Amino acid sequence: MPRITINNQVHDIPWEGRNLLEVCLDLGYDVPYFCWHPAMHSVGACRQCAVKQFRDEHDTQGRIVMACMTPATDGTIISTDDPEAVAFRRSVAEWLMVNHPHDCPVCDEGGECHLQDMTVMAGHNYRRYRFTKRTFRNQDLGPFLNHEMNRCIQCYRCTRFYRGYAGGRDFEVLGWHDHVYFGRAADGPLESEFSGNLVEVCPTGVFTDKTLKEHYTRKWDLQTAPSICVHCGLGCNIIAGERYGVLRCIRSRYNDQVNGYFLCDRGRFGYGFVNDEERIRQPLIRNERGELEPCTIEEALWKTSSILRHGRAIGIGSPRASLEANFSLRYLVGEENFHHGMSGRSYQLVREMLAILQQGPAPAASMSAVAQGDAALLLGEDVTNVAPMLGLALRQNILRQPTREALRLPIHEYEDSAIHEAIQVGRGPLYIATPDVTRLDEETPNTYRAAPQDIARFGFAVAHAIDPAAPEVTALPAAVQETAARCAQDLLTSLHPVIVSGFTCGHPDVIHAAANVAWALRRRGKPADLCFTVPECNSLGVALLGGESLNAALQAVRDGTADTVVILENDIIRQMDVDLAEELLERAQHVIVLDHLPSPTTDYADIVLPAATFAESQGTLVNNEGRAQRFLPVFVPQGDVRDSWRWLGDIMVMNGQRGCETWCHLTGVMRLMAETVPALTGVTEITPPPDFRLVGQKIPRQPHRYSGRTAIHADRTVHEPRPPEEVDAPLAYSMEGYPGQPPASLIPRFWAPGWNSGQAVNRYQSHIGGPLKGDSGGVRLIEPPPEAAITYFDHIPDAFVPREDALLVMPDYLIFGSEPLSARSPAIAARTPRPYLGLAPKDMERLGAEEGQVVALLVTGTCYHLPVVARPALPRGVAMLPAGLGNMVALGLPQWGHIEVKREVWD
Amino acid sequence: MERPLTENIRPGEPPLGLREYVERGGYEGLRLALQRTPLEIQREVTESGLRGRGGAGFPTGQKWSFVPMGPDARRPKYLVVNGDEMEPGTMKDRLLLEGDPHALIESTIIASYAIEADAAYIFLRWEYSTAAERLKAALAEAYDAGYVGRAIMGSGYSLEVHLHRSAGRYMCGEESGLLNALEGKRAIPRSKPPFPQAVGLWGQPTVVQNVETICNLRHIIRHGAEWFKGLSLTGEGGTKLYGASGKVRHPGVWELPLGTPLGELLHDHAGGMLPGHRFRGLLPGGASTAFMTPDHLDVAMDFTAPQRVGTRLGTGTMIVLDDRTCPVGLMHNLLRFFARESCGYCTPCREGLPWVARTLAAIEAGDGRESDLDILDHHVRMIRAGHTFCPLAPGAMAPLESALVHFRQDFEQHIRMGACPWR
Repeated sequence: MPRITINNQVHDIPWEGRNLLEVCLDLGYDVPYFCWHPAMHSVGACRQCAVKQFRDEHDTQGRIVMACMTPATDGTIISTDDPEAVAFRRSVAEWLMVNHPHDCPVCDEGGECHLQDMTVMAGHNYRRYRFTKRTFRNQDLGPFLNHEMNRCIQCYRCTRFYRGYAGGRDFEVLGWHDHVYFGRAADGPLESEFSGNLVEVCPTGVFTDKTLKEHYTRKWDLQTAPSICVHCGLGCNIIAGERYGVLRCIRSRYNDQVNGYFLCDRGRFGYGFVNDEERIRQPLIRNERGELEPCTIEEALWKTSSILRHGRAIGIGSPRASLEANFSLRYLVGEENFHHGMSGRSYQLVREMLAILQQGPAPAASMSAVAQGDAALLLGEDVTNVAPMLGLALRQNILRQPTREALRLPIHEYEDSAIHEAIQVGRGPLYIATPDVTRLDEETPNTYRAAPQDIARFGFAVAHAIDPAAPEVTALPAAVQETAARCAQDLLTSLHPVIVSGFTCGHPDVIHAAANVAWALRRRGKPADLCFTVPECNSLGVALLGGESLNAALQAVRDGTADTVVILENDIIRQMDVDLAEELLERAQHVIVLDHLPSPTTDYADIVLPAATFAESQGTLVNNEGRAQRFLPVFVPQGDVRDSWRWLGDIMVMNGQRGCETWCHLTGVMRLMAETVPALTGVTEITPPPDFRLVGQKIPRQPHRYSGRTAIHADRTVHEPRPPEEVDAPLAYSMEGYPGQPPASLIPRFWAPGWNSGQAVNRYQSHIGGPLKGDSGGVRLIEPPPEAAITYFDHIPDAFVPREDALLVMPDYLIFGSEPLSARSPAIAARTPRPYLGLAPKDMERLGAEEGQVVALLVTGTCYHLPVVARPALPRGVAMLPAGLGNMVALGLPQWGHIEVKREVWD
Repeated sequence: MERPLTENIRPGEPPLGLREYVERGGYEGLRLALQRTPLEIQREVTESGLRGRGGAGFPTGQKWSFVPMGPDARRPKYLVVNGDEMEPGTMKDRLLLEGDPHALIESTIIASYAIEADAAYIFLRWEYSTAAERLKAALAEAYDAGYVGRAIMGSGYSLEVHLHRSAGRYMCGEESGLLNALEGKRAIPRSKPPFPQAVGLWGQPTVVQNVETICNLRHIIRHGAEWFKGLSLTGEGGTKLYGASGKVRHPGVWELPLGTPLGELLHDHAGGMLPGHRFRGLLPGGASTAFMTPDHLDVAMDFTAPQRVGTRLGTGTMIVLDDRTCPVGLMHNLLRFFARESCGYCTPCREGLPWVARTLAAIEAGDGRESDLDILDHHVRMIRAGHTFCPLAPGAMAPLESALVHFRQDFEQHIRMGACPWR
């Protein structure tokens, strides 16, 4: 254990190989910095973290070193408050301010600006520079980010994140000397799926959130709460901020096991649906003219409970609603009448994945485990579009092997530029088997384009090559066989391989193949992990809860065992074939829907109850690795919008249902759920209970500098309005409360004295890059026995045979557009492409279709007219349909579809 | 007096072709080198005491000793010749590059062999177009004659030598900036450690060596370390290309024994000052060295002695300041150059140098203020080795710091008069 001396204080630090800046920050010393970033480490560019290092106790001179570039080895003696070091740090801040515009009052970053914090910390306050400042032209970088280059202090973090960490290519550092420019070669939207992180990576206001600008609020005026992203199945941790009833922005909430410091652009900019003008804010009831019209809460509850009392009701839950809401519905209609809201087909996939993860021996990989792994095989998944942050994790995974080599040279792991220079274009093994090209292809030569059946066959072949006891694939083309053998070899020589698969191929065999590969590796002694993508933010949670499929619900309505359906936060028309969904909704005598926004499903509703979104309610979501995490309400919604579980509880109360008293408080619901469903026992441990207090106080959602509390209603009353009461969480809708650090799952914002920006997260971590202090980071509900016996899947599908009369229509998942809630957000909508049909050139030739020509596609009972886009890599006989754009199908695919090419020009 | 580096150079005439070069003992050093093991060559060079002539004076043998050697060493390995001569007032490598390209090529092969390099790059300053043409021609001849390429001179050693013409920038003269430029990246410096011998060109073991340094190798191999040591007046071995520019009678470049006293350089070789000009001081080795003054004429110009009077040998090519030239104007000229050539990577250099340059411009233009001297003093105090990412900015401060000592009254006079007294 290295022992080092800082400012004459002796500290034992837990391990070698770290730099002095991290150690100083860990120990609570305020050392200012800019270019160092905890995820991207040190480059020594800004020179802000200078400290004085002494050779030994007799050295009185010492020398200035950069803390971020100096290893904390045993016997190190440094001073952070040495006058020379202090003077130099002040000078660095002075230099940085030479060209920085003094526009803090009108800068979006003001109040959460790392540059402000560090300037104050470094002690620079008097301006001596008497010449003009240099200015730049700003660029239009698309709907997500605002660009204000004059504010730039050239810390190089943005390019290091964008290019080095996230693999982007359309963003550069340009120019020279004191005219260094960070931007694109030309104006245009940033192409990286992770561009929004520049908002947080930039220490000042060069890159700011353009969506926030639409309804700007300072950080100190935001009411915030810890939350979970609902836009894919990964469960990234977020901080959502609100003021005056409008959700203003999403920031990353650090979780070392899940999203680390970052978010994808869908998660960051997809929140607009919460503020949507079409939000259902009052209960709606269908009148005699067949129109939905607003009614009172009492009316809606009375009507609903009356229908339920007299009807034979079934419940349709939702993979995007919380466990508590789903459980409430299940309790309302009875376990035997509960449907999880997925089609039989989707559910089969999710259930297969769940069973594989429960059974073991290969556990589900957290995103951090994916990033820490050193080899990966992707079967069927275009992760960057389906579960974007997984793509970011994989980009770190493939650097692991070359980085390990570089460390032997030796280079310290924190020396970021040295590591990059040493590894150059070196990458660890990454094998991608998908129908079409993916964003990660640029990182690997090992890609295989095939239909789902062939992807499964490839996976099975890899498994067999790893362990001959795994079933063999016969009649595999030689080239595919060779790739499979090479893949097997690379996985076997890695230390920690990760096998990624999921739902997008819609094929259980693909998932089975992935399991076989992971299990074969386990048999050979490799600690392989599995990582599955799931369709929605709570798919796995709902699968743990159980229930019947939508197809069973349809059957129940068809054969008359049910005449009423209660649909929870689910547009079932997207979940299953349109004609089947419509039949279900039409046949049901009464349709009651709880949701945030109108949808094709609400069009069939007799009663619509306005359900709170993630930002206005509390609940538990289970992500793709089986990690249960809780989102807490950020604000009290306007109108009659309430949590779904509360609506359902009130209906029970109206009906005098036994046990309904539990629905007074969410904790009761949660406890009952944990008792009733053994798989969910862990959920009560995620957050402290509502009566949790620190020094007798709740945790305030509003920062202590929150302004205008008494002024906002001053036109009506000068009295301070009573803040809304919170009974379900130990958070308060107030600026009063415990001012210190709460338990990690309750952190409403990262702030520490002197650290107003998100960089304050350093103060919340047990050590830099480690878990938040005293936190589990969510509760993993699925931990398989590591020694579980392996029974290989042995059904190997036949090879794909293209049909002459039809094409296999695959869903083309898009980060922007395929997920329905985020798709409603204006910024995301601006990045969503127009619908198209992707065809292999050979099929275009066969069909006589040309690029851009509009063709008719008949699939899943619907006819679409779509322009053709050539997809050169696509296997023959397979077509790509953008999943879920507008009201297009997604989860029902793949299906055979028929294409008609009109000979005349389409107009 | 022996002048091995320039023995083949005939000013005003084209360089020796291959035949003439070989007739004069050319490629003899290479032939001898290939008969010995790389480690033997390394030992010989270490014993010779050869130190880098690019400005830093690092011992060449020691530099090589950090290269991983033997069958288990990482491959490929590279030798890079730094021909990006862009230090203000410096034109010594140009003489060698244009005057005797085969000598450079021969020594490059020897250096490559000594570190078992698989390829060598000659990184040439863009503006040196004559040198580029001559090197290209010589390289073609050397390839044809089997001195470069596969199985050189029938030995088991193979080497590719590439000529790379830089896209420009002073920063490429710094070895790690050069490596980045050679890789097609921005010419920003790299952090050290790791040094290029471990992580160099394309991440591989690499040695970067100045042109003049390299050119000594063929002579050391031919005549031995003892002979080399005997060439200098002081103990550091070899000859040195010295030069002078400014208002001297005979500006130029001369090969002289290392350790030749400053006064001898100035008076005997540069011919003293032009009539009507008085010597005030000089920058001994390019722009990034501190001033020497009339008090320092006895100093032996080797690597150690100038350090005792607070300056460095640098490139050995001096810029002479006379009494009819404004020292503030000279400083402004230099600092404007350094500010322009800053790569913009680290804060003190990117933001500090332009501030200094603009302050000097203001003083020179008669807009100086008393507080400007505080600003200049602040910068020379704050921009030091170790404070910045690379030596560029501290190098820029060296002449300014000494100018503020030796010519402070001139700065003060500018500010007091509100004008430049020389205009």
